[in-house]
Amino acid sequence: MNSPITPESILLDARSKELRRIIVQTLGAGKRGHVGAAFSVIEILRVLYDDVLRLDPRNPLWPDRDRFILSKGHGCLALYALLADKGFFPKEELSKFCASDGILGGHPEYGKVPGVEASTGSLGHGFSFGVGFALAAKLDGKNHRVFVVLGDGECSEGTIWEAALSACKHKLDNLTILVDYNKQQTYGTIEEVQGLEPFADKWATFGFSVREVNGHDTGELLSVLGSAPFEPGRPNAIICHTVKGKGVSFTEKNLAWHHKSKVTDAEVGALMSELES
Amino acid sequence: MRKTSLDMVYELAKRDPRVVFIGSDLGPDTLTNLKSEFPRQFFMEGVSEANIVTMAAAMAMEGKIPYINTIATFLSRRCFEQIVLDLGLHNTKVRLIASGGGMVYAPLGPTHLATDDIAILRTVPNMTIIAPADADEMRRLMLQTVDIEGPIYIRLGKGGDPIVSRDDLACTIGKAIPMREGKDALLITTGVCLQVTLAAAEALAAKGIQACVLHLHTIKPIDKEAILYRAKTANVIVTIEEHTVIGGLGSAVAELLAEADLDQPKRFRRIGIPDVFPDQYGSQASLLARYGITPEKVVETVAELSGNP
Repeated sequence: MNSPITPESILLDARSKELRRIIVQTLGAGKRGHVGAAFSVIEILRVLYDDVLRLDPRNPLWPDRDRFILSKGHGCLALYALLADKGFFPKEELSKFCASDGILGGHPEYGKVPGVEASTGSLGHGFSFGVGFALAAKLDGKNHRVFVVLGDGECSEGTIWEAALSACKHKLDNLTILVDYNKQQTYGTIEEVQGLEPFADKWATFGFSVREVNGHDTGELLSVLGSAPFEPGRPNAIICHTVKGKGVSFTEKNLAWHHKSKVTDAEVGALMSELES
Repeated sequence: MRKTSLDMVYELAKRDPRVVFIGSDLGPDTLTNLKSEFPRQFFMEGVSEANIVTMAAAMAMEGKIPYINTIATFLSRRCFEQIVLDLGLHNTKVRLIASGGGMVYAPLGPTHLATDDIAILRTVPNMTIIAPADADEMRRLMLQTVDIEGPIYIRLGKGGDPIVSRDDLACTIGKAIPMREGKDALLITTGVCLQVTLAAAEALAAKGIQACVLHLHTIKPIDKEAILYRAKTANVIVTIEEHTVIGGLGSAVAELLAEADLDQPKRFRRIGIPDVFPDQYGSQASLLARYGITPEKVVETVAELSGNP
């Protein structure tokens, strides 16, 4: 990249704040959840669901739909906000997050949540699902596309790189992976725990066509997603530079908000007050 | 048996375009006919079992019926979480053809011995587990694998195993086959140990002990009715398997018996691999002998339990 990407610089617009408020309401209902991951990935999902994915919420299994997999399943609060917003299930379900009579758990489940293509939560599975979906589409001469969102911490899993080899071997240009590169994981920073740099070079060396974007800049995300496939015969990798916990002063880059349990009403109130438009 | 299973994949793929074959890094002569005639149904995906299993799950969700083949240990232990979540939880129509179940690869050492595959796969909801006795039975069972929902684990023997199965007996996945009736003892077995068990039953008959031989080519779902029906009348029950005695066929039968509220107490033993890593190379036969998975040991065990040593 010619200029440094500064996801910290992005000011959230009304829709980004609204989606975060839905996330917080859901969090408050379940009194737990991965807040940091949901706040870092929400603009990526927003652009996908608002402007990119070809879906029919009334017919979630429409055969020609684009396939989307949230491989970092712990970011599901963001996914649920978008799926509810699009009408895949009634918004009332959000108030039953993690409840015994609800369909929305702490990780998304295939067969239970309309619009969820694969059960994720254990890291390193979603990318291989994406390879299988994209390969089947090629075999069947279908032109739908496959999008997979990976976590940066997730990229320590060996299966990510097995899937990367496979995607390139099969020339899956109908497959796009987006990495939510917020540079933090549970214990600390990515670089301190295992390290991924030079990250873009790794994907390029495997054979991906790579782009780097500001993962909170919806215009930039839309522009780059709109130009995929970047090169015929190559799978697409978009490294989305983000801020963990983006949008609330005390959750940004704060490891304590990676996963929060026993969330109090006061915490929900504090989150909401920062997200008022 | 492996050759027959792969020949059957070719036959199934030829008649059903949903059938695809996925190998990891198999020999260059693997399914060359499928590769040349139906290249879009043949994949060799490298030594990446975890990725292969999940990729196959996704292909199954798109309507394909993938048959994956590699060495049993790598197709059970190595990718176990992918099997549990992406085959079991998603209930996907993927078939795992596991070469060298048990101690087939004895000369290659403990890294290549699949002595616990049945135990670990038995814990996976939605999983069907089959272990044919020989190539003929493999053919009969493979024909049925296209239609069954959910994942199937297909445990292969060595190859060239003597034919002991019979085409005059009904062979249906999920149903045990009574190979021989007898009221004095019930011998329950699976896979290539049917040979051992039939030989033992012959020898027992010579001693005046009539043993029923129940062959479970399907270990899961287990044919509870067939087992308990015969268990009611047998005083001696012995299981014979090429697998650790922990968690395999013997454990499955023991669980059934323990909860069956049988009127009379039974004398029960499991013959299989003890709770050790095999410590010798040699051959499958030599390791089977080392752990007493032999007709002689079965005869000795039954005779002793019958009070007729």
